[in-house]
Amino acid sequence: MPQDAIVIAGLTKSFARNNVLRGVDLTLSAGQVTVLMGANGAGKSTLVKILCGVQAADSGTITLDGRPFEPASPAAALRAGVVTVHQSINDGVAPDLDVASNLLLDELASGSSFVLNRRRMRAEARRIAGAVGLDVDVTRPVSELALADRQLVSIARAMSHKPRLLILDEPTSSLSAAETERLFALIDRLRAEGVAILYISHRMSDIRRLADRIVSMRDGLISGRFESQPLDYAGAVRAMLGHEITEVDIDIPPAGRPVIEARGLVLRAGAAPFDLTLHENEVVAITGLVGSGKSALAEVLYGITAPVAGELRLDGAAYAPASPGVAVRAGVFLSAKDRLLNSVVPDFDLTRNMTLPFLGRHAALLGLMRRGSERAVASRMIAEMGVVCQGPKDGILTLSGGNQQKVVVARWLAEASRLLILDEPFQGVDIQARRDIGKRIRESAATRATLVLCAEIDEALEIADRILVMSEHSIAGAHRNQNIDLGLVMAQVTESAAGHSA
Amino acid sequence: MKKDFNLTDFAIRYGFLLLMLGLVIGFSVAQPAFLSARSGVFILQSVAITGILALGVTATLVVGGFDLSIGAVATSALMLSAYAMVIWDLGAVEAVLLCLAMGALVGLINGLLIVKMKVPDLLATLGMMFLLMGLQRIPTEGNSISTGMSLPGGGTATGTFSEGFLMLGRYRLDFILEDLVPLSVVFLIVIALLVWGFLELTRHGRVMYAIGSNAKAASLAGINVNGYRVLAYVISGTLASFGGILLAARLGRGDVASGNNLLLDAVAAALIGFAVLGAAKPNAFGTAIGALFVGILLQGLTMLNAPYYTQDFIKGAVLVVALVFTFALSGRNGRGRT
Repeated sequence: MPQDAIVIAGLTKSFARNNVLRGVDLTLSAGQVTVLMGANGAGKSTLVKILCGVQAADSGTITLDGRPFEPASPAAALRAGVVTVHQSINDGVAPDLDVASNLLLDELASGSSFVLNRRRMRAEARRIAGAVGLDVDVTRPVSELALADRQLVSIARAMSHKPRLLILDEPTSSLSAAETERLFALIDRLRAEGVAILYISHRMSDIRRLADRIVSMRDGLISGRFESQPLDYAGAVRAMLGHEITEVDIDIPPAGRPVIEARGLVLRAGAAPFDLTLHENEVVAITGLVGSGKSALAEVLYGITAPVAGELRLDGAAYAPASPGVAVRAGVFLSAKDRLLNSVVPDFDLTRNMTLPFLGRHAALLGLMRRGSERAVASRMIAEMGVVCQGPKDGILTLSGGNQQKVVVARWLAEASRLLILDEPFQGVDIQARRDIGKRIRESAATRATLVLCAEIDEALEIADRILVMSEHSIAGAHRNQNIDLGLVMAQVTESAAGHSA
Repeated sequence: MKKDFNLTDFAIRYGFLLLMLGLVIGFSVAQPAFLSARSGVFILQSVAITGILALGVTATLVVGGFDLSIGAVATSALMLSAYAMVIWDLGAVEAVLLCLAMGALVGLINGLLIVKMKVPDLLATLGMMFLLMGLQRIPTEGNSISTGMSLPGGGTATGTFSEGFLMLGRYRLDFILEDLVPLSVVFLIVIALLVWGFLELTRHGRVMYAIGSNAKAASLAGINVNGYRVLAYVISGTLASFGGILLAARLGRGDVASGNNLLLDAVAAALIGFAVLGAAKPNAFGTAIGALFVGILLQGLTMLNAPYYTQDFIKGAVLVVALVFTFALSGRNGRGRT
């Protein structure tokens, strides 16, 4: 009989008039992985924030190993053994410090000894890094590491605390398959050691691999508990959404004339050259691991970097954009990944976030802005995308992640384009928002070529007419999205391009 | 609970304006002469030059930068205009254009140092400040410039400040009372309106705010981020040189020792502006109010016979309070992180 590590009873939390948690009862047992599912706005983030000491609950109790647990700060929660690995990578690391300092940051902050013993620090850091299978030089600054390694650093740092409860908030969203497997092995080991694990994710593959039980949240309440084996995954999704999800059936329309033609494109020195043609009225998804070259291709098409070799044609004319501004004027748009880093303007309301690239459309004489014209576009796009908000003047950061994503995608759907590139358009959004966004992208695709970059094959299957696989900065395979051979796709995702150069 | 929330909100939005109103009432009760039209105009005149400089530095704050060289640009313009008229015998128009071009050029160099050479903005403009402070003294071997001064190469300077040039700093318009409004106050108001309109109403201002809030996102939206950042420094340099021209016209000589406080006062006005109407970000209206606030405070204290040497302390204290308003009370720390 597993021992109850954390017992949460009657937890409530409101922000102004908004009741985010409305009486959450949840027990997390030692040595068990509990997967928490919930659409954006269901209250998952708030629950996590209360558990890790960022916010205090309005009412309700939490007991940890039989004692009341009311952390006044994240540091207090950490001391009590509640360790959280957050979704956004840079939360957990100080990019300018080296790996060793990052791994020992909490000990440095608590300041047990004044003078730092460099050699002992490095040895301790190597031990911690080794425990999660992180193999890097601990004297390198974290800012020089790949994104996936940065996240492992933040996870490794959490590990050094001998946690009682480990909370992982979408930890695999930027990890490759091998790194994900390394993380899962670690979670297995901690589970065996008797740590209670709360795992928040939308990825079915993660959930299938890890879950001992699934808890669904909806509108600030626990809407379903699924504990008997085999786990009822469909039931969990139903409890989270409040209705049945229907599989998206892709009806592949006839492709129009070519929009983008790439010949002999080389994305980085040593990569195999490849050709690529994208047609009007066609949605093409490119899948592949983090670092496989998807974003490098987007950067070339959008004028951020020049290709090593090869030529591009846009509607038959030579196309070599020198900057994103040139690309936008030519009708090539990019909705970038990592919205908070690359897309969202935090000081702006959602109208201004939407109209940012096309201010010229809304400007009159002397560059004076016509607010009515902006508001009209914003209202139209809010309706088309189904953005849940009070109105077009809402601050962008007051929206949930899924709705923020709808806004930054709407930014590029508001004007007609020749080629629309969407880099990870479903990053950190719930299933409902993902369907809304995907549906809107497909509905509007008739007059342009559409290229969607996503690491998740599930997402590619949901949106694309044609799926290309990228590996080692080259195209490793192409599939029509009909009776697709998933085994072959998976093999191409993981194969090395060494034996494949064209 | 709900009432508290609204009260905080109210304090953030209107706290600073109410504080300013309170000051005006307080000073008027203590010293009825404070509320006269002449006293009001005197306040405006005292803040005209720092206000213009502050509006320039606001443009650089909007794009997430900072221009520390404005004070040195203004004093350089002061010396250059004097040099142009007294030693080169140029007319008012040529002198003004020369100074404005100098200011724009310094702004351009600042901007290029920052976007092309990747020098952090504070350091680039700090370096430029030291460079200009030294440069402006070289041609006259460290002396002030006035008609009849002896030149380093022998002989005396024969040129004079033209009447037209001096008018910029000294002429007063009849408005309600005779000779009431100095031309410099009109310049302040016109420039404040122009900068406000540019930043708040045009696409260019919008883009500059986007750059200050998330430069990466602005760049990926196809915006020429570097171009706009350079433009902000050109605006700042040009306005600073105009402030220097007004100072020269008021003083009537190229005084090496004047203008020491310009940087502090202008930066204080722009940062106080963050707190006005709870904007929590640089804005032209707030900057103008910030400049006015400092002017009212100093004029009132002067009329109450507070010693001059307390002024800097009081300005500093007001600045700290304003920053607390902006960053602690409003809790919108979008700009606080940079």
